Amino acid sequence: MILVQNLLVLTIVAGIAWVAYAASRDRYWRESAREMWRRRPVALVVVAIYLVIGLLDSVAWVGGTVAEDPTAAYLPRSVIDRIFKPEALKEASYSAPLADKAFYGSDALKHPGKHWLGTDILGRDVLYRTFKGVRVALLVGGLTSLVAIPLALLFGVSAGYFGKRVDDAVFFTMTVLSSVPSLLLLIALIMVLGKGAVQVCIALGVTGWVHFCRISRGEALKLREMDYVASARVLGVSDGKIIVRHILPNMAHLVIITFALSFTGMVLTETTLSYLGIGLDGSWGQMIDQARNELSRTPIIWWNIAAAATALFALVLAVNLIADGLRDVIDPRTRRERT
Amino acid sequence: MTSAAKADAPLLEVANLTISFPGDVGLVPVVEGIGFSIARGETLAIVGESGSGKSLSALALMRLVPRPGRIAPESRVRFEGEDILGLPVPAMRAVRGAKIAMIFQEPMTSLNPVVTVGAQVVEAITLHESLSRQEARARALEMFKLVGIPDADKRLDVYPHQLSGGLKQRVMIAMALAMRPKLLLADEPTTALDATIRAQILAVIRDVAARTGTAVLIITHDFGVVNEVADRVAVMYAGQIVEEGTRHEMLRHPKHPYTQGLLRSIPRPEARGGKLEEIKGVVPRPGQWPKGCRFHTRCAFAYDRCVAEAPRRTAVTATQGVWCHFAEEGRSP
Amino acid sequence: MAAYLVRRISYGAVTVLGVLFLLFVLFFAVTNPDDIARKAVGERARPEVYVQWKKNHGYDKPLFLNREYAASNAKRYTDTLLFEHYRSMLTFDFGRSDADDTPIADRLLKGAGPSLSLTVPLFILDVVVAVAVGLFVAFFRETLIDRTVLVLCIFTMSVATLLYIIAGQYLIGMLLKWFPISGYSGDSSVIWRFLALPVIVGVISGFGSDVRLYRTIFIEEMGRDYVRTARAKGAGDARVMVAHVLRNALIPIITNVVIAIPFLFTGSLLLESFFGIPGLGAMTVEAIQGNDFATLRTMVYLGALLFILGQILTDVSYAIADPRVRLS
Ligand SMILES: Nc1ncnc2c1ncn2[C@@H]1O[C@H](COP(=O)(O)OP(=O)(O)OP(=O)(O)O)[C@@H](O)[C@H]1O
Ligand SMILES: [Mg+2]
Repeated sequence: MILVQNLLVLTIVAGIAWVAYAASRDRYWRESAREMWRRRPVALVVVAIYLVIGLLDSVAWVGGTVAEDPTAAYLPRSVIDRIFKPEALKEASYSAPLADKAFYGSDALKHPGKHWLGTDILGRDVLYRTFKGVRVALLVGGLTSLVAIPLALLFGVSAGYFGKRVDDAVFFTMTVLSSVPSLLLLIALIMVLGKGAVQVCIALGVTGWVHFCRISRGEALKLREMDYVASARVLGVSDGKIIVRHILPNMAHLVIITFALSFTGMVLTETTLSYLGIGLDGSWGQMIDQARNELSRTPIIWWNIAAAATALFALVLAVNLIADGLRDVIDPRTRRERT
Repeated sequence: MTSAAKADAPLLEVANLTISFPGDVGLVPVVEGIGFSIARGETLAIVGESGSGKSLSALALMRLVPRPGRIAPESRVRFEGEDILGLPVPAMRAVRGAKIAMIFQEPMTSLNPVVTVGAQVVEAITLHESLSRQEARARALEMFKLVGIPDADKRLDVYPHQLSGGLKQRVMIAMALAMRPKLLLADEPTTALDATIRAQILAVIRDVAARTGTAVLIITHDFGVVNEVADRVAVMYAGQIVEEGTRHEMLRHPKHPYTQGLLRSIPRPEARGGKLEEIKGVVPRPGQWPKGCRFHTRCAFAYDRCVAEAPRRTAVTATQGVWCHFAEEGRSP
Repeated sequence: MAAYLVRRISYGAVTVLGVLFLLFVLFFAVTNPDDIARKAVGERARPEVYVQWKKNHGYDKPLFLNREYAASNAKRYTDTLLFEHYRSMLTFDFGRSDADDTPIADRLLKGAGPSLSLTVPLFILDVVVAVAVGLFVAFFRETLIDRTVLVLCIFTMSVATLLYIIAGQYLIGMLLKWFPISGYSGDSSVIWRFLALPVIVGVISGFGSDVRLYRTIFIEEMGRDYVRTARAKGAGDARVMVAHVLRNALIPIITNVVIAIPFLFTGSLLLESFFGIPGLGAMTVEAIQGNDFATLRTMVYLGALLFILGQILTDVSYAIADPRVRLS
């Protein structure tokens, strides 16, 4: 299980590295990347930080002893776990950020001044939980889109390119799926599949798939009528080659922008699911949901919700800003000059 | 200014008109320091290749240069003795459509698709005159008849997409002339139309303008159009006027190599399908204009002075002027 | 036009059948009716109770084929879950809740009113505000005003609805005490006090994406040639924006507005359940938490039905608004 997980992480990292390498050999993408860096440096750095944290939390292995909790030595622990040693850092209950004493009562803390963002009701370190939420968010937004988009691309492009029966079938499926309001469809799927990380991701993928399929179908329809595609067909180039050479590259900008938007959409939707009790364990949505009643305590407990909300907001905002910048930088109109 | 002097002065006087757009490094001029004038009832044609700045010059007369374009402060546009560029906004609105009207190249898209053409003409009238709907509609109907729209009373209530291109352009003309403006700006009014319709539309512009006493500024890149309607001609190249004169002078005795080249490139019946002696190359883009005479990169006769020094206007006759070193030195290219 | 309408409606009907099939697969084939029954009566209930419950709720039939009947008997196909599912949904005979045995139809009728009382004002305010702001920033495009509003939009779009609700309840309800934090009343003179907060929160949470959408629509229209013609006629900014730009933009705006109308009935899950409004949204949330599959199924079906209806309405209103479509 750990091996599979680590291999998966490795594959994804290698895949991203390969895409980045391939793109860097193309002048257009190199210039676009430079322009993006010029326009949105902060947002890019923020996303990079999240990615690093998520990655550190994804590489896990068993071993090493933890003096305070010997059973923990047999559980797989990620780099983040090893840095924080959450078992060791536990308190009895609430602690304010950087406090020396427990929040209620005057008991001394086990680790005074160590909880930068305080602890929650069970005495867990909030900074640690916030960091753990990064991976969940990336999983919800990124991995789901990463699986849903190629599938959508496959169906959308073949529908748009081949037309006729294929198009009718795909189009009808899309119509049916998109007729169900997406939140309701999502809920129905999760209820039916059962609660759990994989189920939620599948449900998000199925609902997110439709929107992107529609976009790629429309684009493929448009590109099919382009002169260079028509002339390639007349010359007898095979359909597969035309799709790979002419259609897909011209949809790259759409894929990237849609990816960014679906990422933020899914991360935000997950908070709603958490409230409904069908979200992902360890997500910021869950943290927010668990903490929402703490605002009415006196004295008010704000750090739980503030930490989760800020982490969520910063990530979504950064990705939204990048998506917005991308729209200007890799706009199809500027792109056309190249092809 | 006394009214007598006002009547004497040309209808429109343009001097030193410069239009620029913000570019990567500051403002890039696309029209630079042009000047011309139009007398009452006169028709001036501005001729030039695509991108030479003709449309922007016309739009500037209405202060309709699209954002972020800017008219330089030293530019002067006097219309009936009034400084157009200095008018307050409401006064400028009162000029647009009432005293200066404009028609465009694309009749297909220049009309509002969700409003009937009659209502659009009525709007042009009621914006300037407080008439009742019936009166305005009667005026619109009269204009439709004037520009030769068949079944005019029925056509008032149709939407633009129900009309052919030629009829749409007639509607545009009816709309433009509904307030009996003193000056009509026609930006390539026939370019988007079929060859057969072209002559009809030109005839409408010429006849209606003559009947209403409207002066016309017509923009074209077609000397056929010039021959049909123009009294005087100005040739533009890369944001400047390079030659001006009466129709006869410009068609028979052009002095500028560019005018000569344009005239030679008119497709003749005996050479269908291709242009005979095209001028090689393309108009340099704004911001990439060469030093000296801007035409020297494409001029077959250019010599070192053309590269180094911008030519000044040389009067050939009382009405013809040319910006070319050959004319300045009294030689012919 | 009539032929178009007929075609459009029949495609809608086929889509409804497709949706019902999707629901059948999800709720009967993927989830086992046995599981639903066991969750409803409890793991340790006696077998008779369990069988009786299944019978009462119509979960006792086979999926596609009822082998109890002879091959020639039509009941072989009609006395099945698939057929019953289609029959009950298409005749709006929704049966009883899996959780508390109340008739679902009654609850739907009771919940629709409160849902509408929240969604209608929310929707109208939302459209008016977003269109007005969109038109405003489109007019000032590429200026400081425009850029500021756009950045603001991106910021507001980056906050989860859940957080807007929590923040709204905390700030306006608890600290400022302007409105009650939650609750509902059938009395029309006090109802606005309960609705004010959810409406405000709803408008703010939808603000960013709506304004951006309308701004894009307006800017596209503003670049068209007929706008230049209108200016050349002497029309002022206000007239150009309202009589020409807005009038043309109405077509894409209608598409966006009409399609949302059906959702007014289904209500808002989060807003209703947080603010204690006993509408259909809150009912759905209850159904999720109580494993009430029958209610959930009904809500999903109604949502889809209304959506399909909305799309037909959109296409029709589109045809009415645009003379190019209406007259062809
Ligand atoms: N909105 C704009 N933004 C930036 N540059 C512009 C804009 N409009 C025009 N220009 C520049 O001004 C130059 C002149 O444009 P203009 O439309 O006046 O040309 P034209 O002579 O009318 O050509 P055509 O025959 O194609 O109509 C063009 O080369 C173009 O680069
Ligand atoms: Mg032009």
